[in-house]
Amino acid sequence: MENKVEYQKKPAQTPVEMERTRNRKVYVPKVDIIETGHSMVMYADIPGVDEKSVEVTVEKNVLTITGTVIPQEFPGRSIAYSEYDVGDYERAFTISDEVDRDRIGAVVKNGVLKLTLQKAPQAEVKKITVRTE
Amino acid sequence: MVGPAIWRFGRMDPLHEMQRLQGEMNRVFSGLGQHFSPELPPVNAWVGESDVVVTAELPGVDPSKVDVSVVGDTLTISGARDAEILKEGESYHRQERNHGRFTRSLQLPFHVEAGRVEAKYDKGILRITLPRAEADKPKKVAVTCE
Repeated sequence: MENKVEYQKKPAQTPVEMERTRNRKVYVPKVDIIETGHSMVMYADIPGVDEKSVEVTVEKNVLTITGTVIPQEFPGRSIAYSEYDVGDYERAFTISDEVDRDRIGAVVKNGVLKLTLQKAPQAEVKKITVRTE
Repeated sequence: MVGPAIWRFGRMDPLHEMQRLQGEMNRVFSGLGQHFSPELPPVNAWVGESDVVVTAELPGVDPSKVDVSVVGDTLTISGARDAEILKEGESYHRQERNHGRFTRSLQLPFHVEAGRVEAKYDKGILRITLPRAEADKPKKVAVTCE
């Protein structure tokens, strides 16, 4: 079969699909989000990621978690059985204005990222007492 | 003449049959993908000449609560991941991560030296190195000529 050269331009998908420069799989980490009185705590499962390879960014109202995984290699052995694939992690959340951008805490332990999002003081729940007249 | 009546033979739905076949093919050609229970921690196994390395993704597990045992050629990994205990006034927005006890057994391609098995837990990944038993190693037989 002869090699066909495509001269035709490829139509874009709407909205334009984001592509990564690195050809590696990307997984969405599972998360738990717990709301407490004055903060939100988020736990994300990112096995294979440590504090050097995880990145947490906040831009406007989008919080993004990115974890880069270096696949483990075992020289002299070949893979015989596989149930999981290795790839990077990426997930983004929209956060409301009540989260204090300057006080976001991030800790990685045993492949779990713990994010603590403090609520800004003015956003804390104010209880209004209702009176009768 | 072969008309459309052929499809009605044996009440076979051609579309369904085709989809089933396609699913079967995908399963076969995806190669490494095997059937396993999604609630168990997934494992990978690398086999070398003198040992086998098994890795498992177990994020957020206390390493002291993970049990690794070997009997003959069967490896068993068991442990537990505790759920966060909510205090008064706390609530879940999302709960996607799984919790609870798990036990995973795996049959290895050969018998292993149970005394020299090493298990390491790092970045949420458990790595177990199991050396092949001396008695199980292939013996080279010299061919002599008379």
